[in-house]
Formats: sequence, structure tokens, C-alpha cells
Amino acid sequence: MSAHARTAADLAADVRDGRTTAERAVRDALDRIDALNPRLNAFVQVFHDRAMDDARALDARLRAGERPGPLAGVPVAIKDNLCLAHGRTTCASRMLEAYESPFTATAVQRLIDAGAIVVGKTNLDEFAMGSSCEFSMFGPTRNPWDDSRVPGGSSGGSAAAVAAGLVPLALGSDTGGSIRQPAGFCGVAGLKPTYGRVSRWGLVAFASSLDQVGPFARTVADAALALSVMAGHDPLDATCCARPPEDFAARVGEPIRPLRIGVPRQARGGGNHAAVDAALDAAAAALADRGAEIVEIDLRHADHAVAAYYIVAAAEASSNLARFDGVRYGRRAAVREGEGLEDLYRRSRTEGFGEEVRRRILLGTHVLSSGYQDKYYLTALKARRRIKDDFDRAFEAGVSAVLMPTSPAPPFRLGEKTDDPLALYLEDVYTVSINLAGLPAIAIPAGVASLDGRALPVGVQLVAPAFGEVRLLRIAHELEAALAFNERHTPGY
Amino acid sequence: MADAPRLSPDEVRKVARLARLDLPDDQLPRAAARLDAVLGYVERLAALDLGGVEPLTHVGGEVNRLDDDVPGPTLPPETVARLAPESFGPFIRVPKVLGDGGGA
Repeated sequence: MSAHARTAADLAADVRDGRTTAERAVRDALDRIDALNPRLNAFVQVFHDRAMDDARALDARLRAGERPGPLAGVPVAIKDNLCLAHGRTTCASRMLEAYESPFTATAVQRLIDAGAIVVGKTNLDEFAMGSSCEFSMFGPTRNPWDDSRVPGGSSGGSAAAVAAGLVPLALGSDTGGSIRQPAGFCGVAGLKPTYGRVSRWGLVAFASSLDQVGPFARTVADAALALSVMAGHDPLDATCCARPPEDFAARVGEPIRPLRIGVPRQARGGGNHAAVDAALDAAAAALADRGAEIVEIDLRHADHAVAAYYIVAAAEASSNLARFDGVRYGRRAAVREGEGLEDLYRRSRTEGFGEEVRRRILLGTHVLSSGYQDKYYLTALKARRRIKDDFDRAFEAGVSAVLMPTSPAPPFRLGEKTDDPLALYLEDVYTVSINLAGLPAIAIPAGVASLDGRALPVGVQLVAPAFGEVRLLRIAHELEAALAFNERHTPGY
Repeated sequence: MADAPRLSPDEVRKVARLARLDLPDDQLPRAAARLDAVLGYVERLAALDLGGVEPLTHVGGEVNRLDDDVPGPTLPPETVARLAPESFGPFIRVPKVLGDGGGA
């Protein structure tokens, strides 16, 4: 197996046991980034010197007999809405194009403390608002399977970086599908942990009741390893749960029996691309072959999830992004003689935010405004409870996990949907309900779609009860082994 | 024939003002049309029977907790001020707030 296809776990073992060095692992990653990133545009910053210094320092620690962590020498990529105390943290926004964070996000720091080497920051839709990685001041990221198509979003840069073998592990954030949809589009594993499982300290907030940090990896076991490193109490994030961390990686190989998989009736609503239905069928059949019972469940409010989500997410975004006012950090617009603070706010925000971000701020401001709050926001919160109840009912009835598509269609072409916000929002039809319910879910590749003579990956996702990641990862690992996607398909890059 | 838009141009201007965003007249029709399309879509929630349903503001009660009120390390004021587009020492410089500053 070529070096760039090594898993994080194998690479770390090689570094620990002296079969390779962190320096070589990082140099290989940087060489591959330098060769492929100009076309892919997955990375928006690459820390050549810093990463090599960090790698040499790690090798020196190893030589001195220190025990490196489980990610020793593993090159990792970080979505550029996670703060890092070196380089810039831009959120792919003109608002923050020069912003240098004075601190590092907890999730990132835990990877570093486990021996990982941060090689760069990856592209995203501005402030994580988008499903295609096209709304970025750095331009779009391209899909490694077909570079005329989008990688999905918003964490498209991290998904493409892992799919193209630039790094074995990358971090993203998932507010309404921003890890799982690009994982599906790029044919890699993408895990959205339970709300509260991973600290959001240092994640630039989009919608605080929904946001969660999670990993992209080529295997479920690597995603489990990353979660084991990142999960757990953080005094700096009051929403981060106090549960003791579990060793997700150690148990990932244990199958679950009896295994009952719920497939929502609404997942085959007829609006799916044929390849999406085929991937869902293949995943269900693979689990059934191994003895799982497949049952139909009813997520009866699924058709209302996108509507509820876009109200809740936009409302929270309008509030969270109020902090960008040109005063304390970020872009400040020039004001003319005689103009005051209000002018500074308005001009800085209008200059700094791209059109999609401004659109969501307007929507969020409207649904929270006097006279409309009950009609939109309160209604959405009630629908949110119904959506969560649907999942709870399925789990209470004995379903081990829910199996559903990640997206209704395979990756679309660059530019195909940028001018139709609603069409882009409907991309999220299978992902947003899981954020509204706060549940853990993992996307893995389950099939291919043949589009214009190119094979493109199609994902499915598994969903488990809150804090059921051990179960989720064990089932996903078994499904991954049964489908053997990585053994049968590779991207063009 | 399209339905009448949900928001008048003046209402859209008001939303932009509340959001502290400039919305020049030449951009207003496009912004208003897109806002209207999304509002039209989300109004499907009105079809749900949500009587007696408690709004879900936060998932999972088990994730909230109270910490002891213990002072911890903070960033030095100079570090924070340096992040500001205009600062001097530990202070952030802003345009005039009162009087003819058109301020708050």
C-alpha cells in the first residue's frame, strides 16, 4: 500500500516503532499537498516550516525515550474555522482574512498532545454556511473523484484532503451535515459526535445548539481513534459533557449482536438519485447478510427538518455573527468624517461577509424579529422536539442504529447550485434532523454513481442514540468491512 | 402569477437595518426574492399540529453543568487589544459614539 494510503493508526505505529519517522511522514504529506493542492484547493494554508519543525521535535522526543501519543507523527488538517495559535483562522471570510487567533481550539490541542502534526488549514464555505465548499473567499475546493464537481460542504477541504490522500486525518465541524455530506461526496468516513461530546472551545460559532467538531478519516477505526483523543470534559466549554472519555478505538472491532437496523420509510421517498437508493440497499443487504434484522421506521417529521433547521440555524447565526462588528477583531471598514460607530458596524459587516452569510443573517434576524418570532422561531423549536421524538421512538422500540442516505444525490457540478439557495439547502434533507436531535452519526461510502463516465462515491450514514458512539462505531466498522469500499474504489487523485 | 411577496421593500430594509447590514436599493430585489423563497419554504411548518408541544431549545439536559467560580488564566489585555483593527496599549479605538457620531 502506498504511503499516502496508510491509516493514521498504522502510520502512528510505524513512527512509534521506528519503521519511519515523523519527519518523513510529514514531508511525504507536504510533498503530496504541494503536488496536488494547486488543483484541488483543499488547503488554504500550509505550514511547511512549522510542521517540519514539529515533526523533528516529535522525533527527538521519541529518541529521548518519551512515550508519544496514539497519533505520533500523523499529519493532520484542520478546518479553517478551528482556532490555531499560529497562522490565520479565516473561516474563509474576508471578515477574518487577517485574523490570528491567540489560542488553539481544545479539539485541535488534544490531537497535537496525542502526537499529531498540523500541516495546514482547510477550505470551507464561509463561516461553515454551505453544502458545496464554493462560498469561500479562497475559491472552491474540487472533488478528488472528479475535479469538475464539488466536494460537498461546508468541510469540503478536509474531506477532499483525506480522500486525495494528502493527510490520513482531518477535522471538520458539523452544524447541519457539514462533516457527513462532504464525507459522502468524497468517499471517506466522517463522524459527527453527539452534541456535547467534543469541546467547541476555539470553534468559531455558527449555530451553538447544533455545532459539533468531528473527524474525517479513511477508516472507521481512525475516526474512532480521533474521537478517543478529542472527546471529554473541557472546562472551557460549558456544553461539553462531563462523562469520562471512552476508548472508542479499542472496541471498534467488536460486532453488536443482536443487531437491529432501522431504515426510515422517508429515506426512499422517491426523490433520491437511483445510485443513492442502490447504496442504501447495498448497505442494508450487507448488514442483513451478517445477521442484522432490518426494520422500517417512521421519521414522520423528516419532511419538516430542513425548514426547522434553516430557521434555528439562521437565528443562532444572526446572533453569533453579531460579534463581528469591526471593533474588537476582524475587518474594519473605513468610515468618513462625521460618521459614527453604527456606520462602522454596518460598513464593516457588509464588506466582510459574503452574500450567503448576509442572506442567512437577514433570515435569522427576520425570524427573531418582533412580530415574527412566534410564527417562525418558536414553531421551529416545537418541530425540533417532534423531530427528536421520532428518533427517540425508534431507539426505544429496540433499533440499534438508523441507516439512511447522507444526501439525495451524488456530487453535483461546480457552479450548478450556487445561484439557487433553496436547492442547496435541500441537499441537507438527510443530515439536518440529526443535528436538531443532537445525535451522533457517521457517514461512510457505500456505493458509486457513474456520472459522465466517472465513478463518484455515494455515502450512507448510521445514527445512534445520544452518547452511543461506541455502538455507532462498532456497527459502522462492521458495515465498512462488509462493503469493502476502500478495497474496490479509489479516487483519481 | 406569483403570490405577493411576504415582505415589502420597507420591511426588508428594516431587517437589514436590524442586522446591521447595508442593503443598497439595487441589491434589494434580489435579496428580497431570496428571503421570500426561503420563508415560503419554511412556512410548511404551519401544516404541523404542534399544539401542546414544548419548544426544544437545547438537546440533552445532561450536557449542562455548573462550574465552581474559580479565577483562571486569561489572555493579557495587550494581546486582546492587538487583535483589534485599531488599538493603542490596552485600549481599542472606535469612532465617535455620542453627539454627531451617529452612534448608538
